[in-house]
Amino acid sequence: MGQTEFAPWNDPEAKPLIQFKNVTKRFGDFVAIDNQSFDIYAQEFFALLGPSGCGKTTLMRMLGGFETPTEGTILLNGQDIAPIPPNKRAVNMMFQSYALFPHLNIWENIAFGLKRDRMPKDQIDARVAEMLKLTRLEKFAKRKPHQCSGGQRQRVALARSLAKAPKLLLLDEPLGALDAKLRQDTQFELMDIQEKTGTTFVIVTHDQEEAMTVASRVAVMDHGRIIQADTPADIYEMPKSVYVADFIGDVTIISGTATASGDGYDITFAEGQPTLHAKSDQPFDKGQACHLAIRPEKVSITAEKPADATNALQGKILDIAYLGNLSTYHVELPNGQIVKSQTANTRRLSRRSFTWEDDVWLSWTDTAGVLLKE
Amino acid sequence: MRRAALIFVPYFWLLALFLVPFLIVLKISLSDTALAIPPYTPTLDLGNGWQGIKDFWAELDLENFEFLTSDDLYWKAYLSSLKIAVISTILTLLVGYPIAYGMANAPDHWRPTLMMLVILPFWTSFLIRVYSWMGILSSEGYLNQLLMGLGLISAPLTILNTNSAVYIGIVYTYLPFMILPIYSALERLDASLLEAAEDLGCSRFTAFWLVTVPLSKNGIIAGCFLVFIPALGEFVIPSLLGGSQTLMIGKVLWEEFFNNRDWPVASAVAVILLLILIIPIILFQRNEQKQREMDG
Repeated sequence: MGQTEFAPWNDPEAKPLIQFKNVTKRFGDFVAIDNQSFDIYAQEFFALLGPSGCGKTTLMRMLGGFETPTEGTILLNGQDIAPIPPNKRAVNMMFQSYALFPHLNIWENIAFGLKRDRMPKDQIDARVAEMLKLTRLEKFAKRKPHQCSGGQRQRVALARSLAKAPKLLLLDEPLGALDAKLRQDTQFELMDIQEKTGTTFVIVTHDQEEAMTVASRVAVMDHGRIIQADTPADIYEMPKSVYVADFIGDVTIISGTATASGDGYDITFAEGQPTLHAKSDQPFDKGQACHLAIRPEKVSITAEKPADATNALQGKILDIAYLGNLSTYHVELPNGQIVKSQTANTRRLSRRSFTWEDDVWLSWTDTAGVLLKE
Repeated sequence: MRRAALIFVPYFWLLALFLVPFLIVLKISLSDTALAIPPYTPTLDLGNGWQGIKDFWAELDLENFEFLTSDDLYWKAYLSSLKIAVISTILTLLVGYPIAYGMANAPDHWRPTLMMLVILPFWTSFLIRVYSWMGILSSEGYLNQLLMGLGLISAPLTILNTNSAVYIGIVYTYLPFMILPIYSALERLDASLLEAAEDLGCSRFTAFWLVTVPLSKNGIIAGCFLVFIPALGEFVIPSLLGGSQTLMIGKVLWEEFFNNRDWPVASAVAVILLLILIIPIILFQRNEQKQREMDG
């Protein structure tokens, strides 16, 4: 028996911890957040993902209390938080720069927020010890931040923001300053800590892999709007727009026109090319413009034309990206369209079947791609 | 060899401009006053060879230093200088910190202008600026005219030739030395630290006390030393703005040299002043050193 799935966003009875209601934020003429409404549920690990300048940091800073919405309301447990200053909110933030106090040692940094609450000294001691243990920093309690490595500083910042047991923890690019290997380890550590403490996390990141790894739901943002908020798998497999499909992972977009046929649609995309066939939940009118988004790992590459494939196209290998475990082939169709195909390198490189300029066949099933309107 | 040669240049400079003059002053302080040119004895006469040097050594003594302890004028002057220097350092800090804070929090495009305004007074002669304060503070001066014109006072205040005028003069003169190091410390302050403090439950005011002040500590210390050290030996300001009751060691030193022509006693005063100053200078250096280590 597996665990019951954690998906309060599908449960109409569930009460959201945070509700954004028609929130707009303007800086002068610039619209940072454009009339957004969405909910975040308790114990979620909610990722705001987008390119820089998309408004994700502004959303987070509004939750932290460092910015106020120009229009609309933000509710925390049903209560409007706009008039509550940051120091009175049950929300803590882990800053991108970590913002550790350089004149205080690690212990004092973690105890900082507890002391402000005038917690009795023995309770502070116990809580700080607990946080040090949680973040595996027991040995470094007496060090100053500048005597710590980047990874340790990151853990101090996390411990400090968790010490007050906030209802909501905001993480602003928490792993941005770490190198790739450490970042991976830390991602799992973050998920672990989130699970142990049961705190609701909202993370801001521009790294899609990070968002996919840690989050229960990912909100893809662009130009102040949430384009799609879904579980990582849904975002990847069922993007609702070309922007999301393109932003997350590698994808080939084939644009054409749709015509209903059988249990799906035929897509005409170029003269002299066979029509493609794909199933879709969305209805398309006859001749309506459509975009077929297809992930490279769902496209197989063969030397001979496969006998029973729904979709099969011939092309020439233009480029090969060798990633060690995987190889991505960029195959150019006669009309110039590039289609990517990815295969696992189960054999050694010297025995690879295809090389540059080879003529190959690409094929995929009718459910491999997603048919999109925009 | 090359390293030695490189190091030699600054050392030679220090030797020629600091150590040698100091040794000369030290030597004069051990001599006796005389009606001669120069006005002290003994003078080193190398013509007599070894015997001359031995005679010269034999005549040096600590008489002048003993004299300094016998007359309470001197230690009173030292103490009074110390008091004036400490009080005016604190006053300069109280005036300078808000200015530096304001500058550091001003919009970016304003900062160069504000910095310019702080440095601007240096473009006018120090003496002229002190004289203009005489014009402002005297009983018929602009300040009294203004206050009487506004009807706040009926009779002119006596400010010039009192200790208050000395404090005003010192605070005014040394204010840039306080502002600049504090400004540079505050400017480097990461704004997200204050947000973090607020996020963790501080009000704006406690965040200022618990984060801004400790992190500008090095700037405050540097500024205080930069004001305290010259203020302790200050001569021009007390003699122009201060009254007869303003007792400062710089003034005593001047009078010994030029009014009494007692070079040996004046030198002894100077040597003691230097010894008093060495302590804060060493502390200042250590602070700088520590800061470099923190940054490094």
